[in-house]
Amino acid sequence: MENRTFYHEILIDHNMHPAHKHPLAGAQLELEGVNPSCGDDIVLRLQIKDGIITDGAFEGSGCAISQASADMMLDLVIGKTKEEASRLYDMFLRMLQGRALPEEIDELEEAACLQDVSRMPARVKCAVLGWHTLEELLEKDN
Amino acid sequence: MEHWNESDIRRDFPIFSCGRPLIYLDNAATSQRPACVLEAERAFYENCNANPLRGLYELGAEATQQYENARKTVQGFLHAACPEEIIFTRNATESLNLVAYSYALSSLRPGDEILVSILEHHSNLLPWQTAAKQTGAVLRFLECEPDGTLTQERIRQAFTPRTRLAAVTHISNVFGRVNPIREIAKLAHEKGAVLVVDAAQSAPHIPIDVQELDADFLAFSGHKLMAPMGIGVLYGKKELLEAMPPFLTGGEMIERVSRQNAVYAPLPHKFEAGTVNAAGAAGLEAAIRYLEKIGWKRLKEREDRLTGLALAGMKQIPGIRVLGSSDATQHSGILTFTVDGVHPHDVASILDADHIAVRAGHHCAQPLMDYLGVPSAARASIAFYNTEEEIQAFLDSLRQIRRKMGYGESNFLS
Repeated sequence: MENRTFYHEILIDHNMHPAHKHPLAGAQLELEGVNPSCGDDIVLRLQIKDGIITDGAFEGSGCAISQASADMMLDLVIGKTKEEASRLYDMFLRMLQGRALPEEIDELEEAACLQDVSRMPARVKCAVLGWHTLEELLEKDN
Repeated sequence: MEHWNESDIRRDFPIFSCGRPLIYLDNAATSQRPACVLEAERAFYENCNANPLRGLYELGAEATQQYENARKTVQGFLHAACPEEIIFTRNATESLNLVAYSYALSSLRPGDEILVSILEHHSNLLPWQTAAKQTGAVLRFLECEPDGTLTQERIRQAFTPRTRLAAVTHISNVFGRVNPIREIAKLAHEKGAVLVVDAAQSAPHIPIDVQELDADFLAFSGHKLMAPMGIGVLYGKKELLEAMPPFLTGGEMIERVSRQNAVYAPLPHKFEAGTVNAAGAAGLEAAIRYLEKIGWKRLKEREDRLTGLALAGMKQIPGIRVLGSSDATQHSGILTFTVDGVHPHDVASILDADHIAVRAGHHCAQPLMDYLGVPSAARASIAFYNTEEEIQAFLDSLRQIRRKMGYGESNFLS
């Protein structure tokens, strides 16, 4: 049977029980990301030391896709260098444009569960909100 | 009526038999179109396609006649006094902008007041924001009750001696409640103001008599009424329209043009610059004929019954809140709702997985949603061609949403 839902267990779990949705005291970097048309709103905070993202967290509200995607993103990028995080950002974006290679999708780990969002253009901006905010934050830090 | 057989009605709409699984509950956004409308549009292009309003040959005369016949049908549909009061536009938005740019910009003075209700769709708000900014007029709001009602008291208080124009929706696209237009018109006229009515949501659901309502202007879109997209209507009282400058200028709206000046055509063509959407008008005429064949009484009975079924079912589902009246007959088929703990966009996506089409978001009524404290909501909107089975499927899908999103039966957010 055709699978028409992207509300997998992974997504539901990250939305209901996000590991990284909390305040982050002493964060060096902070940026708000908003999707005005849907009301998705997140504040992303990062700690970076010697070019490595040592910790990160977000707060906000919005649809399950925006919130779960931000949580999965932090799972991926904490412990990575800024360059690696940017590379993952690029892969994630291409996945949602249907242009990522299978091995790249594997590299995105749980965030790969969002690949089906690509066939629902109106929801792509929900999935990329956290990632766009991350990329903007990393650029600001340069 | 021989035509009131459910399966016959379903067969009138090609989209329901094209093989695509579809439960279409987004009728307030745009309706589906019966074959007779599509055929009328096609027949214009196949049988009498010429540029209307100027051809000096038989085909052109026929095209003109068809277009003007459609205008007379709309006149009858709205109970307007004469066909010159019917202006064809692209949609309600263009109709409302026509009034704002032509009437409001040329008649409002600094300090005059424009009164709009908080219920308005952006299309009946933004033109007035623009008009206020450009003329120095003040934009004021007629507030509603939390259930979407405009009370007599609020209406009386909202008008002032400076009110020159009031813009109110006939039926809110969020609540579905019918507003007391006649009372508002009476008050507006006592203050020397004109009343602009947005009938985009009412035209598909209730009979409209512009003379009985005493509306000065009234706008609707064909596409919500089963007509093709791209044809809309502005009704205006003749003496007002005659005194107004044109909105758009160019071809087909002139009597005579010299190097520096032009004499404009009389109504209604003064407001129909450029080649008109004659095939769309033919489609709109067919849609109105189709509605007449169904009949308002049967249409309302059926829509109320389906809406009642949906509303009763939604009340039984924990965590679902429906905005507006608890009486299904006050909804015009529009059920705007939230699901506790689940974002409306997720609600729409989960319903979509079951092939159920609903709207979700701010419904182009952001100031209203802000006022209600509901940033975003889902909306199911029902038409007479929906079925009880579809409503049951919608309720079955709705019942699963909180569980699918990870909530237990008793795990409610307060």
